[in-house]
Amino acid sequence: MIARDEAINAIASQLDEDDLVITTAGMISREAFSVLDRPGNFYMLGSMGLASALGLGLALLVPRRRVFVLEGDGSALMSLGALPLIGAERPPNLVHVVLDNEAYESTGAQPSITTRVDLAAIGRSSGYRGAIGCEDQETLVEELARTRTDGGPRLLVVKTRLASARDVPRVSRSTMEIRDTFRRSVEART
Amino acid sequence: MTKRSGPAAAFVAALKERGLTFVSGVPDSTLRSVFEQVLHDPEIRYVPAVREDVALGVASAAYFTGRLGLVLLQNSGLGNLVNGVTSFSLVYKIPCVLVVGWRGYGGPPGDAPEHWVMGVKTLGMLELLDLPYQILEPGDPRACLDRLLAAIRKRSVPGALIVRPGAIE
Repeated sequence: MIARDEAINAIASQLDEDDLVITTAGMISREAFSVLDRPGNFYMLGSMGLASALGLGLALLVPRRRVFVLEGDGSALMSLGALPLIGAERPPNLVHVVLDNEAYESTGAQPSITTRVDLAAIGRSSGYRGAIGCEDQETLVEELARTRTDGGPRLLVVKTRLASARDVPRVSRSTMEIRDTFRRSVEART
Repeated sequence: MTKRSGPAAAFVAALKERGLTFVSGVPDSTLRSVFEQVLHDPEIRYVPAVREDVALGVASAAYFTGRLGLVLLQNSGLGNLVNGVTSFSLVYKIPCVLVVGWRGYGGPPGDAPEHWVMGVKTLGMLELLDLPYQILEPGDPRACLDRLLAAIRKRSVPGALIVRPGAIE
């Protein structure tokens, strides 16, 4: 298991300026905002479950840029049907990262069902070119590096620890600012 | 064989003239002939979503590339769209065109019982969410589409074209 901020830092270390990143509702957007804020990030504060769909659309429309989706296990489970859709569309530039803490942490750490369900196996049977579970930092960094050379879509299911009660600030930017900054970033190099 | 003329071909040509070529959706029998055109048109990129909210997410990506996405759905799928619309589209003001087949039009006893409730509630749901909409009647779709697109662009929100049975057959 990895701490969520370590996982997000590992992802940050592997990002190029051109990469686009969609982060999902709850702690993941807050953590990403505090450790890797950049113009190519879209913080999806609500609409749990829609991050992978938006990421798929972007990956299809902007094929020359890598699109990262960072979501939690609760979010992935909510739109589980998006996995076979991504597998069927097969955008080579999509990297789908599930930070799996086996819980709905933002709402009080109620357990999710991923203690008993293997999301990486679902990814493999859904047609991802690669789908793997990562239990430690090393594997995560290796797998992230692999997204540069091997075609996607790739699914990385990263087992993360429940965070200690560290106070991560909310995303302080307005939704209009988040939208417009991201849009300029997409349009600048498309 | 896809028909090259007729109402569905004219409708899809009108969509293309307006740049609406990035499409996702979930099939609907009212829109059967539209789907037939869309699925066979090399100028249209269609992503066959598994749920209407997933279709909304996929199609909304077009906004970030300076385009407008389009979702094809049945009115029963409006229920699946509610959270995506209220906590994504309306919060970030991401416009999108929803082309909605109107099952249960006219209320009971027309159509099958599973469409009766949503058939009657369809327009009320759009009004509740404060989404602009136009009802497509048989005939030239262009004026109706342009009214809808003007409202969508003015408010930067999703808007619905409600297609009643017989409007595009």
